[in-house]
Amino acid sequence: MKDDVRGLTPALDIQGVSHRYGARKALDGVSFTVAPTSFTVLLGLNGAGKSTLFSLITRLYATRKGRIFIYGRDVAREPSAALGQLGIVFQSRALDADISVEQNLIYHAALHGLGRREALARAHAALGRVDLADRLHERVSKLSGGQMRRVEIARALLHRPRLLLLDEPTVGLDVKARAGILKHVRGLVAGERIGVLWATHLIDEAMPGDDVVILHRGRVLAHGPIHAVIAGNAEKDLAGAFRNLTHDSGSEDEGAAE
Amino acid sequence: MSAVEGDSWRGLTLSQYFICLKGIIWREGLRFLHQRERFVSALVRPLVWLFIFAAGFRQVLGVSIIPPYETYVLYEVYITPGLMAMIQLFNGMQSSLTMVYDRETGGMRTLLVSPFPRWFLLSSKLLAGTIVSILQVYVYLAIAYFWDIEAPPIGYITVFPALLLSGFMLGSLGMLISSLIKQLENFSGVMNFVIFPMFFASSALYPLWRVKESSPFLYDVCELNPFTHATELIRFALYGKLEPTSLAIVLACTLVFLSGAIIAYDPARGILARRGAGTMRT
Repeated sequence: MKDDVRGLTPALDIQGVSHRYGARKALDGVSFTVAPTSFTVLLGLNGAGKSTLFSLITRLYATRKGRIFIYGRDVAREPSAALGQLGIVFQSRALDADISVEQNLIYHAALHGLGRREALARAHAALGRVDLADRLHERVSKLSGGQMRRVEIARALLHRPRLLLLDEPTVGLDVKARAGILKHVRGLVAGERIGVLWATHLIDEAMPGDDVVILHRGRVLAHGPIHAVIAGNAEKDLAGAFRNLTHDSGSEDEGAAE
Repeated sequence: MSAVEGDSWRGLTLSQYFICLKGIIWREGLRFLHQRERFVSALVRPLVWLFIFAAGFRQVLGVSIIPPYETYVLYEVYITPGLMAMIQLFNGMQSSLTMVYDRETGGMRTLLVSPFPRWFLLSSKLLAGTIVSILQVYVYLAIAYFWDIEAPPIGYITVFPALLLSGFMLGSLGMLISSLIKQLENFSGVMNFVIFPMFFASSALYPLWRVKESSPFLYDVCELNPFTHATELIRFALYGKLEPTSLAIVLACTLVFLSGAIIAYDPARGILARRGAGTMRT
């Protein structure tokens, strides 16, 4: 895969990944890819294994079974090269509330080996793109939830990763902020030509043209362009396909994502 | 290995390591400055011991002439190195507490997904915490100076490397403990089981020969306590002297605690993976 030219190597390549916490199997033979310049929705109910998968991709835990590649770099074998191309927005807020937006961004840049001057230039540009240029010197604790998320996205892109992971990024946001974030990240795929993996339990965050991975109880039940997944299940829409798939897998918790 | 065509990853240079280290220290300093209560309480604690406890015990405990002192010293003078070590002990445990908190909120994840090697990230964080603790110690020394606790001028310089080492040892102990704690609430128990025993069963408050007189067993415990040796290392360094045994023990303990912490936070071997869902998923 090393000699693949750009465009053919997937942004993210998950191969047969399993993970267990003691006796509980959180992930079971998960395999899928995220193409460069694509918006892939990782759809699953709470507890489906999304966060575990993210912990493995970010190397918080070692992948014991299976392999994970970021642009062809094995996370386990070449962690620096793999993580250096990865940007991530965690589900929980991960900004320092006590210090300013600018200071948060400089700190993050330093963690990726970017010096202060470069970091400042990029921070200005990045905040401009999320309409927060005037909040640079504001303390993070003064921002709203939606603004914090936008700062986190700007921060995740500061080192110019080519793969962006977002773990339930719209949780706790109002409808307007949610739509704004979705639009922004979709714009990034087109504008910055990055691959995005967007984990959510909200079906309506997926749009025609996206790729979708349906994760249920640690297993990938379907993977591919949304229209193909819908057609494959002989359903009218993704919600129908999701119900159909998760029902077949013998799920008792019928309160499907909505 | 050569870069793949279209591969934006160029590897990390030495100067980038330096930028990263600087960034971690800078952020730790900022956080400390923004948390005024932390700064004040870090300072009040040893001063309460100095002004109240030591003043009260002055008449009770006479201290004979023992190295590194060349004359009789007041009790306040005797406990000052112990209080300096105590500042560092609290600081080490506090940053450990911050790590548990960070792990629950995501700050720790931000650190650990950096492309720099994990041992480097953890050591940088330790160094950052140690520098903050040394600042506190010097502020304490400045106040103590006006309380007539004076060390020879050279001592204020020679104590610096000792503080760096003891800060590293206590910080890495805190980091190791933080990896063993599942949740923030469990922390106060650890404070009771780590900080108090370490502080009281040491040479910080009373010379060990006095302890030996009353209980040889307790004396052995104190001798085995790394905190005793951090205190003695600081005590001698403050008078421009070196205590080789303490130096060796502090060095060895630092290595053991630091390796333990790095292993604990290693994704493949560490406890994080086995702990799993409980701590890391928020």
